[in-house]
Amino acid sequence: MIIAIASGKGGTGKTAIATSLALAAKRPLRFLDCDVEAPNAALFLKPKLEHRKPVGIPIPVIDEELCSYCGRCAAVCEFHAIAIMGNKSLIFPELCHGCGSCTLICPEHAIRERIDTIGVLEGGSALPEIQFAQGILNIGEPMAVPVIRELKKWSFPSPTGQINPIEQTSPASSNGLEIRDAPPGASCPVVETLRGADFAILVTEPTPFGYHDLRQVVEICRDLNIPAGVIINRDGIGEKTVEEFCASEGLPILMRIPLQRNLAQALAQGETIYTADVRFRAPFEQLLTKIRGIGHV
Amino acid sequence: MKIAISISGDHINAAFDPRFGRAPTFCLVDSESGAWSIHPNPAISSSGGAGIQAAQHIAKLGVQAVISGAFGPNAAQTLEAAGIKMFIAPTDESLTAAEVMQRFKSGQLSQIDQATHRGYHERSHG
Repeated sequence: MIIAIASGKGGTGKTAIATSLALAAKRPLRFLDCDVEAPNAALFLKPKLEHRKPVGIPIPVIDEELCSYCGRCAAVCEFHAIAIMGNKSLIFPELCHGCGSCTLICPEHAIRERIDTIGVLEGGSALPEIQFAQGILNIGEPMAVPVIRELKKWSFPSPTGQINPIEQTSPASSNGLEIRDAPPGASCPVVETLRGADFAILVTEPTPFGYHDLRQVVEICRDLNIPAGVIINRDGIGEKTVEEFCASEGLPILMRIPLQRNLAQALAQGETIYTADVRFRAPFEQLLTKIRGIGHV
Repeated sequence: MKIAISISGDHINAAFDPRFGRAPTFCLVDSESGAWSIHPNPAISSSGGAGIQAAQHIAKLGVQAVISGAFGPNAAQTLEAAGIKMFIAPTDESLTAAEVMQRFKSGQLSQIDQATHRGYHERSHG
């Protein structure tokens, strides 16, 4: 089973929930920090990162000797990363998404691809039997998706054997568990993190911002056909719009976490909710059972 | 000479739009005859690379010069490759396309040979 933890709004507690779930769940499990622009789950799970793999994207290089300046590569590029002006070709690498369409469509076979490194994957063990991996997008790079895509596919060696990606099955399946901590927002990196997941835990807070962004992420889940449930963090502050929305949309509320000073203090010191407050042990331990129940429907 | 002016409207008396890549329309004017035509900018709702797309579009229309309020690095590079000259019109006055054309003819607009500002998606390294 693959569970993705997303929120829309940043700072609602995705990583706090994801890391606590990792500690409460039956191991072995695979944990992926997909927030490649600011990965921070490692602060809580404290893995030994022993494996690294650079991530690159293919950028077109045009052979001027072979190019007939027909312009098909420029026309096929969704992102305007190529311009053919008369008998000059221009490539804008920062706009290229590395899809390879230009290379495929070129009738003269005048395009080859060079690999530009945009980030790195790091992996290792956290606690016995948590196989931890994170992606890091290089500073200044605009595109997170290729790093997330490679992170999802990455197999790396560990003391207990090769760690392979978990296959998408159904929430009820017991063929292993993968937890994905998603980036904030509701754009491509979040879609890529959710894609292939069996269930989405949406962490929100009862504020207008939490509500607004929750709605966006719920729409993404519907589009991808991923069942979802909600965790309300800082429960009791703000307003009732989130609860009303969940009720009217039939979204189960999986857990409520009140605004507590002891949790904020623990998180600031790199502890998890699960280890910091015994009252949250049972709820986190029961979370997967609840999700499996929903997944059966 | 055929000149493109970035505008928002569908007439030579419509307002000059200082944005190049995101201007709603371009007014094409023949500097000798004064004949003009309006061409929608296909890049207006582009998710990225609007300057490149707009530059390719006006190059296809066969213009020799373009007047706008600003040109980004990608737009400037594409226009330069097409041999299209770039001119800057004032952005702090509300001018019409016709008035911009008048100033161009009387030599009041300055030509530039590089971008007026940095790109929005530039990488920190090559």
